[in-house]
Amino acid sequence: MTGHMRLGFHAPETEEELQHLVAEAAETRTPLEVMGTGTKRELGHPIGAGAVVSTEAMTGVTLYEPTELVLVAKAGTPLTEIDAALAENDQELPFEPVDFGPVLGYGPGDGTLGGMIGTNISGSRRLLKGAARDHVLGVRAVNGRGELIKAGGRVMKNVTGYDLSRTLAGSWGTLAVMTEIALKVLPAQRESRTIICFGLTDQTAVEALCIATGLPYEVSGALHLHADIAARMSDAEIAGAEGAVTAIRVENFPASARYRASRVRQSLLAYSPALELDAERSKAFWDDVRALKMFQGRANPLWRISTKPTSAAKLIGNLLRTIDVRVAYDWSGGLIWVETPPLTDGGAVDIRRTLAELGGHATLIRADDTIRAGIDVFQPLDPQTAVFSAKLKHAFDPLGIFNPGRMYRDM
Amino acid sequence: MLARRNDIVKQLRRLVPDAVLIADEEGCRTFESDALTAYRCLPLAVLLPGTTEEVAAILRFCQDNHIKVVPRGAGTSLCGGALPLEDAVVLCLSRMNKVLEVDPKNRIARVEAGITNIAITEAASKHGFFYAPDPSSQVACTVGGNIATNSGGAHCLKYGVTVNNLLGVRMVTMDGEIIDIGGVHFDAPGYDFLPLITGSEGQLGVVTEATVRLLPAPEGTRPVLIGFDSSEAAASCVAAIIAAGIVPVAIEFMDRPAIHVCEHFVPAGYPLDAEAALIIEVEGSEDEIEYLLEKIEDIARDFLPTSLRRSQSPDETAMIWKGRKAAFGAIGQISDYYCMDGVIPLSQLPKALDEIGWICRKYRFDVANIFHAGDGNLHPLILYNANDSVQLERVELCGAEILKLCVELGGCLTGEHGVGIEKRELMYEQYTDEDIDQQVRVKEEFDPSWLLNPGKVFPIEGRDALRLRSVELQGLEVDVVTETVAVEEELVEGHDAP
Repeated sequence: MTGHMRLGFHAPETEEELQHLVAEAAETRTPLEVMGTGTKRELGHPIGAGAVVSTEAMTGVTLYEPTELVLVAKAGTPLTEIDAALAENDQELPFEPVDFGPVLGYGPGDGTLGGMIGTNISGSRRLLKGAARDHVLGVRAVNGRGELIKAGGRVMKNVTGYDLSRTLAGSWGTLAVMTEIALKVLPAQRESRTIICFGLTDQTAVEALCIATGLPYEVSGALHLHADIAARMSDAEIAGAEGAVTAIRVENFPASARYRASRVRQSLLAYSPALELDAERSKAFWDDVRALKMFQGRANPLWRISTKPTSAAKLIGNLLRTIDVRVAYDWSGGLIWVETPPLTDGGAVDIRRTLAELGGHATLIRADDTIRAGIDVFQPLDPQTAVFSAKLKHAFDPLGIFNPGRMYRDM
Repeated sequence: MLARRNDIVKQLRRLVPDAVLIADEEGCRTFESDALTAYRCLPLAVLLPGTTEEVAAILRFCQDNHIKVVPRGAGTSLCGGALPLEDAVVLCLSRMNKVLEVDPKNRIARVEAGITNIAITEAASKHGFFYAPDPSSQVACTVGGNIATNSGGAHCLKYGVTVNNLLGVRMVTMDGEIIDIGGVHFDAPGYDFLPLITGSEGQLGVVTEATVRLLPAPEGTRPVLIGFDSSEAAASCVAAIIAAGIVPVAIEFMDRPAIHVCEHFVPAGYPLDAEAALIIEVEGSEDEIEYLLEKIEDIARDFLPTSLRRSQSPDETAMIWKGRKAAFGAIGQISDYYCMDGVIPLSQLPKALDEIGWICRKYRFDVANIFHAGDGNLHPLILYNANDSVQLERVELCGAEILKLCVELGGCLTGEHGVGIEKRELMYEQYTDEDIDQQVRVKEEFDPSWLLNPGKVFPIEGRDALRLRSVELQGLEVDVVTETVAVEEELVEGHDAP
């Protein structure tokens, strides 16, 4: 089927160029690997596509209205540029996206807007403010037919037709190539403070985190680090604690942040809160978390597990019976980062078996090519969802030219 | 079709003996319209199932027998989203109204889709939680309907709309398959179908259960009522508050006619001397509320408010919101109204209000504006006489012109009410052929026979136009309908996208 399309790397500068490229790929049935700057290329199944299409030449903030809380930028815009534009107006991306760069061997902030939305990456504050996809207002994209489509818009509310823009979030470049994205942004939090408890067991820590997130103080970070993981953090007192670290963040204007911190402390007296990080230390601590500092500089397989908070500790307990894992809980237990020993399957069999009992899903974030080629990087879908997914794929990319096999082998 | 009616009813009765089946004319009359009352149509029959399994059996039967299905919650749609068709069965979920689980530790509730919006908060409140989306119709509307139109409400400025507060659904597809999407945890594996289903106006499947996110109730809330002598001043004040880094939990706007009607209906102390008023609500502890309201009032003073009144008690707060939430009802008592739902970028607010006034004067209608200012979601209420068919025709033209204006200003046709039948022909104002085709292609994958809530959302030509263009993309489409191409060609030609 493969025709005469030029293989190798393409970085179209305009939507029209991209459309031509995709149309040519469709005509010649040439699979395309879709990416921004490629910082997450090692995430997902390796793709054997001969041609790569990158959005890195389509850059720039095209509209930013701070008083409307809206920012529109081309998909290839580096995240550092977006963060800088927002910072000038004391605004931020509320969902605090995790930066996978450093754990995957790239620099911090090397990723693009398209990559972040395409993989729907959210960080600790997702607990309170929602996921990356929740902040997508609209997109422009080229589908697998080479057609330019737009969905959503640049306003806060929009139910005009189907919400294809948020649907593209987290589709890993398998449905369409996004060219421009409109986002809802928010004023930056003025100050954060973090309450720390030391030495709690997983079960007790998750219990404390669930209590904290049920309080009316808008807890925006609820984390528990195993002792060996906590030792890798930058803050000397935390790294030297030689025990598990449980961290609860509150934010707001300074007086409110202090008030909230004191109330959270009061409510968690039974868990012996021992330390309160002031604004500066608190920010540095959560910056570490955002860059996954605790998993940097290592090659061990790293998993991201999503589950019900109250199942989290049991899930890890069961897992620890069969493999030696290093663990960080976020989202009060709803998100678990798990570093496994260098097993040939990266621990996939044990993790997925444990999840089958307790519910949830796991994605392999870091592992070498051999491991990723041999196992399901993304959580295998139940048969019905697989049928649904194939339909959605067919609606956008009927010939299957975008990132074939990246998420699931037959898609 | 109508000749088959008795036969179909008989078969349905046998198929789901425990479901409530209404087939008599008088009974069906209750379901002949939704809150867009200008349009009415008696359905073939109405079914009120009690379980997901019954919904599955009904849909499978309808699929096999090629019977159209119109899903319905409480029928509060303002755009004809639940308008029946004479050859369709109405599938009304209102009997499925149970809270299945409230789990305060994981901060979720699992409910049946026919439950009213407010009942979720009622069930969660004893644990100190609430369900955030709060459309004005929240005492009546169902969560299933909220999902169909991605409902917002006054407080979505801070808490987001339905899609931001939904973790999972149980849904039945047109071929009767029951599928669970999402779940109790954040983020689903694989594609995220929740945003696709939320806002799809019941066209991709029938949601029978939902798992929603619960939030801890704030320590306290308090609104301030600020009057201004122009809409421009009110709009500039909103922008200045947000620029100062404050995102209140709600910013509601009322113009002079709305203020007067609401005050007459609920004496909440709205400023009768003002041309425009804002209700701005903040949350938190006493000190936090004090701090935020002071900052907001400071900012407001730059725009020379005619009045500035902080709520002094929970009762006063309740009155202020009661008046706002009863606004549509209050206006409904003095006149029929046609409620618009366009969205504009906030910076265009003064211009939009000015032009809306001008458009309504041109069509000789009075208009009251009451809306969510923080997110630019306008609700102009055009007052008219529904019994006068000439006026009805004119008010629709007037409304269409307002919505076109919203799109021109960089906004969209509908923020939270949906497209339904009301705005389907305006879809080309906002979208190109390719944009619509892409949506239609999704619909065709999930309901290839177009049996689920057909005739809504898409321009009538939309589907046929797609098929015509598909012929040109030789080889890309497998099933191409070719016999009616000539007719369709004529239809399409008149429809150049903007």
